[in-house]
Amino acid sequence: MSTGKEAILSSIRAALRDVPAAEKPSDVPVSRDYLKHSETPREELVFLFMERVAEYKATVRRVSEEALRAAITEACHMRGVGRLVVPPDLPQEWEPESVELLRDEGLSHEQLDRSDGVLTGCALGIAQTGTIVLDGGEVQGRRAITLLPDYHLCVVREEQIVGLVPEAFAHLAYTVGEGGRPITLISGPSATSDIELSRVEGVHGPRTLEVLVVG
Amino acid sequence: MPESQRNIQQKHDMFRGQQSTLIQTHSIGVIPPFQDGARIALENTQLRRNLHKATQTIRAKRAAVVDEMPDWEPLREAGRALKQRVLRHLDDYLLELEASVQRAGGQVHWARDADEANRIITDLVRGYGAKQVVKVKSITTDEVHLNNSLQSIGVEVTETDLAELIIQLADERSSHILVPAIHKNRAEIRELFIRKFGLEELSDSPKELAEAARLHLRRKFLSAEVGISGANFAVAETGTVCVVESEGNGRMCTTLPPVLITLMGIEKVVPSMDDLGVFMQLLPRSSTGERMNPYNSLWTGVTRGDGPQHFHLVLLDNGRTRVLADEIGRQTLYCIRCSACLNVCPVYSRTGGHAYHSVYPGPIGAILTPQLVGVENAPSLPYASSLCGACYEVCPVKINIPEVLIHLRGEVVRHQQDHDGLRGRADPENVAMKTLAYLFADPARYERAQKLGRVGQWPLARGGSIQWLPGALAGWTAMRDLKPMPKQTFREWWRTTRG
Repeated sequence: MSTGKEAILSSIRAALRDVPAAEKPSDVPVSRDYLKHSETPREELVFLFMERVAEYKATVRRVSEEALRAAITEACHMRGVGRLVVPPDLPQEWEPESVELLRDEGLSHEQLDRSDGVLTGCALGIAQTGTIVLDGGEVQGRRAITLLPDYHLCVVREEQIVGLVPEAFAHLAYTVGEGGRPITLISGPSATSDIELSRVEGVHGPRTLEVLVVG
Repeated sequence: MPESQRNIQQKHDMFRGQQSTLIQTHSIGVIPPFQDGARIALENTQLRRNLHKATQTIRAKRAAVVDEMPDWEPLREAGRALKQRVLRHLDDYLLELEASVQRAGGQVHWARDADEANRIITDLVRGYGAKQVVKVKSITTDEVHLNNSLQSIGVEVTETDLAELIIQLADERSSHILVPAIHKNRAEIRELFIRKFGLEELSDSPKELAEAARLHLRRKFLSAEVGISGANFAVAETGTVCVVESEGNGRMCTTLPPVLITLMGIEKVVPSMDDLGVFMQLLPRSSTGERMNPYNSLWTGVTRGDGPQHFHLVLLDNGRTRVLADEIGRQTLYCIRCSACLNVCPVYSRTGGHAYHSVYPGPIGAILTPQLVGVENAPSLPYASSLCGACYEVCPVKINIPEVLIHLRGEVVRHQQDHDGLRGRADPENVAMKTLAYLFADPARYERAQKLGRVGQWPLARGGSIQWLPGALAGWTAMRDLKPMPKQTFREWWRTTRG
């Protein structure tokens, strides 16, 4: 194996004969004149986030902290969700009424596949792109629980919403650095345009994404 | 079907059935001429309709989401500069990536060529005792023909991207980087699924076809022992690997099987997570024309209790260091495989991808393939362009494709002169260019030639144009008229008025 490595590295060094030996990566100029921070007021960011999420054919609603539990219950009933997967650290205040909760303490893939939906929080929301970021942190659980159930109900707190993609990646650099948790960026339900470019929502991931913005 | 149509159909079927061209740095044959494939493709009206609709639709979507970005040009410039930085110090970044992945619990392998990559991956799959593999759409694994290698050791390989699945079931080749089955319409896909899935009834609505694929693949996702992916990006600083997708098949393959193997071209490394943030803005808008594609998966080695507990990253050269060695061609390796250049290309949008005889079609393929396999093995590809420059304009990392095309044309000609012996030197274009160079070198000689030309052209010039040239020059006038030499040249006019 080391032979492959040595050979590739020496081919690279031979190919880069024109690069001065003293040059460091930071000597190659990279201008970063793109936008790194959003100047948009918070209230507008929340509105933009909801608008963009909705454009992906996801359902999005804004609810107050007090009304959250009722909103979760209502969403589950509307979708006919009887068995709801939840991460192990789901706050008690989020638990919907008259729904069977499957707390993920090692559920099998088959159990996840047979459930009716999943409820999680998130790490971040990105207003610019209507993206939800999961990083395996608080109230998010492992990746498989938001993948196999056909319905994903996601709670986003207003203060979790950032304006631009670079702001989100600045946070994620921290997540990845601290223990290397996996990250999933979700922008609407799964979709394909592979047949004559006509868009079909819902292929392998959850076919329905519903977002509750709290605050 | 009339005779002529049947002939075209037969030719088309033959063409589609051809073994895909191997992009392998060893045992390469010469890739069939682009113009031959293009001619067959142009005769297929269904293909042209499909292509026109698809390329126009994606172009419009891309334009809309790019126009809403106030900082698109600064982002492009940052993307270009970051790629330049990485490539000029590729050895350092790869070593950093290797250390980061290992620190995070993954293993790193280095593959010099397609054979070595296949050997590493089949050994791994065999070592884990796996019988079923699920794959995320990956052009790099197509480049090395990984599926053939896995099948040869008795492993069942399932492509899980809808378009790739269609291609795999139909035993065809991809014709577009982003939407490989762009050349097939819904009726063809319906028939294929009925035949392959053993279904009694199925409509041709894309929704129902997608549902059939979902059901077919769900079982595979749950039972496969190994997932195989490519990589859109890998972050040197953290060891984070990123796969960008839409359908959720990428999440399935990188999350559910206990083992994950990723094959990645050495040029896909980026320095930091912040830098990845730049490309995650450039890629979705350029590729699918979305603000963000539905799913992006990022993983860093292995995470206890979440996803695969065995992760192998295979770094592939397979001709890339050859591209790196060419100071003009090097920028080809900036490519992030968005396919925006395909959709705007007046050539690609008429011929489609098959004519390029490579897993990398379109303008980017016209410069990447000849460099990966050597210009002598793909001498027609640098000419598969009108040099209009639309590709350069949309490229999110500012690859100057026309510049590289012209550079490669020079390489092709030089190679012919050096290696084709007398035949190369006697090539009409070569002779014409040599003659012109000789005439242009001396003013008196140049003017004598003009005079001679004026006399010599009289049998050919008709009604102010030359519509036909004899012999080896006929190719020039096959598609266009030539302007005859004027009665008075500029130099003669200058002398009479100012001299």
